[in-house]
Amino acid sequence: MHIREEQRERHTLAVLVDNEPGILARVAGLFTARGYNIESLTVTDVSEDESVSRITIVTSASPHVLEQIISQLERLVPVHRVTDLTALGAHVERELALVKVAGKGDHRIEALRLADVYRARVVDATTSSFVFEVTGGSEKIDKFVELMREVGLIEVARTGIVAISRGREAA
Amino acid sequence: MSEKSGADILVEALVDLGVEVVFGYPGGAVLPIYDALFQQNRDPGRGRPIRHILVRHEQAATHAAEGYARSTGKPGVVLVTSGPGATNAVTGITDALMDSIPMVVITGQVPTALIGTDAFQEADTIGITRHCTKHNYLVKDPAKLGDVIHEAFHIATSGRPGPVVIDIPKDVQVATARYAKPGPIQHKTYRPALKADRAAVEAAVEMLAAAERPVLYTGGGVINAGPGASQLLRELARVTGAPVTSTLMGLGALPASSPQWLGMLGMHGTYEANMAMNRADLIVSVGARFDDRVTGRLDAFSPGSRKIHIDIDRSSVNKNVRVDLAVIGDAGHVLEDMLKLWKGRQTPKPDLSEWWRRIDGWRAAKCLDFADSATEIMPQRAIRALYEATKHRAPIVSTEVGQHQMWAAQHFGFEAPNKWLTSGGLGTMGYGLPAAIGAQLGNPGALCIDIAGEASIQMNIQELATATQYRLPVKVFILNNEYMGMVRQWQELTYSSRYAESYSDALPDFVKLAEAYGWKGIRIETPGELDDGIAAMLAHDGPVLVDCMVAKLANCFPMIPSGAAHTEMILQANEVSGTMDDEARALV
Repeated sequence: MHIREEQRERHTLAVLVDNEPGILARVAGLFTARGYNIESLTVTDVSEDESVSRITIVTSASPHVLEQIISQLERLVPVHRVTDLTALGAHVERELALVKVAGKGDHRIEALRLADVYRARVVDATTSSFVFEVTGGSEKIDKFVELMREVGLIEVARTGIVAISRGREAA
Repeated sequence: MSEKSGADILVEALVDLGVEVVFGYPGGAVLPIYDALFQQNRDPGRGRPIRHILVRHEQAATHAAEGYARSTGKPGVVLVTSGPGATNAVTGITDALMDSIPMVVITGQVPTALIGTDAFQEADTIGITRHCTKHNYLVKDPAKLGDVIHEAFHIATSGRPGPVVIDIPKDVQVATARYAKPGPIQHKTYRPALKADRAAVEAAVEMLAAAERPVLYTGGGVINAGPGASQLLRELARVTGAPVTSTLMGLGALPASSPQWLGMLGMHGTYEANMAMNRADLIVSVGARFDDRVTGRLDAFSPGSRKIHIDIDRSSVNKNVRVDLAVIGDAGHVLEDMLKLWKGRQTPKPDLSEWWRRIDGWRAAKCLDFADSATEIMPQRAIRALYEATKHRAPIVSTEVGQHQMWAAQHFGFEAPNKWLTSGGLGTMGYGLPAAIGAQLGNPGALCIDIAGEASIQMNIQELATATQYRLPVKVFILNNEYMGMVRQWQELTYSSRYAESYSDALPDFVKLAEAYGWKGIRIETPGELDDGIAAMLAHDGPVLVDCMVAKLANCFPMIPSGAAHTEMILQANEVSGTMDDEARALV
């Protein structure tokens, strides 16, 4: 016997939650407990009085499981609202990365040239290293990191995806 | 207003919430609460006393609270200490989550300054119970305790009911704050909808009126919606003429004596219920969740029907089975709205005579018949004898988990809701005795019987002492076949009768054991002793344990083997091959 897997689609969810202790564990734990997949998860408070947090989750699931993920999230007591930004259509997704590169000579010049192409900013420099700050969609950042590998990549820190719907309405 | 200790706030809030009984076990981290309870019950100036029932193991406290809740409709309340007290309660908390039982569990915790230091009897109760509760709280400020307790009861009892844990560090029990009884709770985010969308209810009525082969498939949600919901279900069944089947958890919502009752459906359901589900053109699920025990093989589940799912929990919809119409609301409210619409339309009762002719054909298979024996007691015979001897008293029946549970569900007739207490979702052996104790406390005059197996009963056998202490006339009726019978049955069906570890060896003498705990013990060994033994059990006004020796190798049929469709039921033992392929073996 072999174990079968279902076809998955990638979706970005915005989850507004009450900013109470343990809420992140509750949401993340729901995913592990029910066998759902998390590709990326970011969280921070977004309201003036710090009472509400926004969690952006990127998950990949079959349409059937995705429907379950949303209704299971909505069932959690401290959850205000869950929005499937991917299903909603037009939305913006961004990620920020800090990329440390070390090297001398041609590698150093090439790193700066590539950073310029990717509109990455230099936020720290020594005579033998740079730290670049780059924002954009995940694919752009993947590509930038891949290029940096060839010119002396030391380490990468990424925020994971944050996303918001286009237009004037809240999602 | 003067300040009170956290422990006093807790007790006063419980009184304000109308709590009459608490099931618990003391320990270091709840000593302040036990002292507050002690004083509450000694000092008439402090208001109504709260009865504390001392169990012998914290797991039993949770099952007793479940039995109390299921039989009374009121939330069950549990009080246990930190660390092992809390971890022992986890099985019952999970059981209550799976079966949607309203329960509030108060756990002691080490003082806030010691949390995270691996202190004596410290466990991360909030972390451990996060996914087996509907919600949980760690209260670090006594000023918030009162509101949290009221909110916890609101969450446990409203919407889809479930267990809520409140973890209270010992210093919060001692520190003081003000307490005022809050008004009606308006939660920021938790707002379960009772009333369903009108358009959805209208669509449901249209579909029901147009159906030629409808089946009402009901579950525990009807019981949870209160006795009124069961009345409304009976009325809907009457006006539509539709056949009714139910899950294990929903037994009693429709009287078993109703001509429209098909019996339970699913793995050990009746042939007529499962065939009707398979051939129906419309299934109306009311407060049931298309559990795997019910559906059998999903791609063969009721292939020709449209499906309506009435449920208070949106996440139950389309979880296992895709449905055509979701009606989100409380079962009672939705049934009431459907009936109003149905009657308002003056819909004539649909002509279902052809459908009933087919159902009668399946009924003729008499799937619950069994080969009786003159020399040994067939377990089905024992259940029927118990039912015949007690039905005039409308007993509350609890069970453990296994063959005896399924035989009880098949052969004991339930005429009313809240009379059937069983662990359905989690399938917890050891549930039945404490549940019967809880039911007896909530229903002092009722006949409460735990139908047990000799293996399950040993999982919480220590609770015999609890019944003795509180003079509860609980009856335990053990179907003793000297096997973990359901395990043995699966081994017979799937593993060519290789009985790995399923023999109940070194059994105690249950009669002597009962007597040691201050119970009356009765042994029934032959068919001739059955009726007299049951009569002797009923004649004794204290607790009685009956050790009923039944046929050792009887199997529970009908049965849909795992991975099979409703139409592939095994009705008789001679249809069993004894082996299964790996796909089927991998299913539970």
